[in-house]
Amino acid sequence: MCTVCGCRSGETRIEDGAEHSHGHHAHHHRHYGTGDAGASVPGMSQSRLIQLEQDILSKNNSYANANRRYFAEHGIFALNLVSSPGSGKTSLLVETLKRLGKTHACYVIEGDQQTTNDADRIRETGVPALQINTGKGCHLDGHMIGHALERLATKDGAYVFIENVGNLVCPAAFDLGEAHKVAILSVTEGEDKPLKYPDMFAAADVMLLNKTDLLPYVDFDVEIATANARKINPDIKVLTVSAQSGDGLEDWVDWIGTARAELFAGCSATDAAE
Amino acid sequence: MHEMSLCENILGILLDEAASQNFSKVDRVCLEVGPLSGVEPEALRFGFDVVTRGSLAHGAQLDIFEPEATATCAACGTTAVIQDRFDPCPSCGSHLLKIKTGEELRIKELEVS
Repeated sequence: MCTVCGCRSGETRIEDGAEHSHGHHAHHHRHYGTGDAGASVPGMSQSRLIQLEQDILSKNNSYANANRRYFAEHGIFALNLVSSPGSGKTSLLVETLKRLGKTHACYVIEGDQQTTNDADRIRETGVPALQINTGKGCHLDGHMIGHALERLATKDGAYVFIENVGNLVCPAAFDLGEAHKVAILSVTEGEDKPLKYPDMFAAADVMLLNKTDLLPYVDFDVEIATANARKINPDIKVLTVSAQSGDGLEDWVDWIGTARAELFAGCSATDAAE
Repeated sequence: MHEMSLCENILGILLDEAASQNFSKVDRVCLEVGPLSGVEPEALRFGFDVVTRGSLAHGAQLDIFEPEATATCAACGTTAVIQDRFDPCPSCGSHLLKIKTGEELRIKELEVS
């Protein structure tokens, strides 16, 4: 079992690379039972107290920060898309890439427990995609993304979209190094979802209300959903979109461009990359 | 249910500390888990027992300290204890609350031998 990413070795799989492997990174981490803590330390038998004050997610955060540095050095703008299963993340991503991919280098990292279906759908648009299968894992973490970036060989100045495992709980806690988390909520779900899953909507900077073409057929009030999200996160940006009809997609793509410009404002290295 | 991978993170930290601070057994682990950390303390206890089985922390006592969640209202400036992220300001009813405490997810201290 990998102590860093919490995945079980042999269970998390990144496409094209057989299974999740270690040893090619500059970092060191051990597998349980084989580490040096298995050996007894002579001369240390007295009980003592150690004040640690260490964040439990500190390792994930250090991998996420390494990813963030990589993105900054290469002028890459990365988004982490989170939602329940079935909110239309992949369809939305496909439509986004059809627009953004014409003029910009884009890459997608797909997280699912099993199958390469989503990465296959993305690749049909001509955009390089890499599937991570988390096995029993419920979220992507910073370490997995670091491995995926090694495989993707991203161009400088690119856009990287990370489609997290469909789960409104666990991915909230794991920073991947992205510029923003984007929470997608479809109108076929409840307006109260931000209240039911507050941690995710607190962690996200943007909420996309998807499947708005279905609004005439469902009992969903956009205003109420927006108010609920803002009870959790007063600053959250809300956009309504339909991957099916294309409504709102231009605003969404515009937001991506603006957010990228804001992130890299004043960064000359990025200007050069573009 | 990411408590299991959090426990694996805890064990990873214990192993690192064992190497750098020269100990071979962990007798007690004290955690600080805020009510807004997204973590269920009971699930964490369950995961801790499973993950530490056969390790240097096998059988270690797990103390979980749960601090209060507090937030400051951007509308009226009041700082108050809240229960949930969607609570309004108890003073003016606004939802413009900035969380101050309650998101902690930390190992506070260890008792080792």
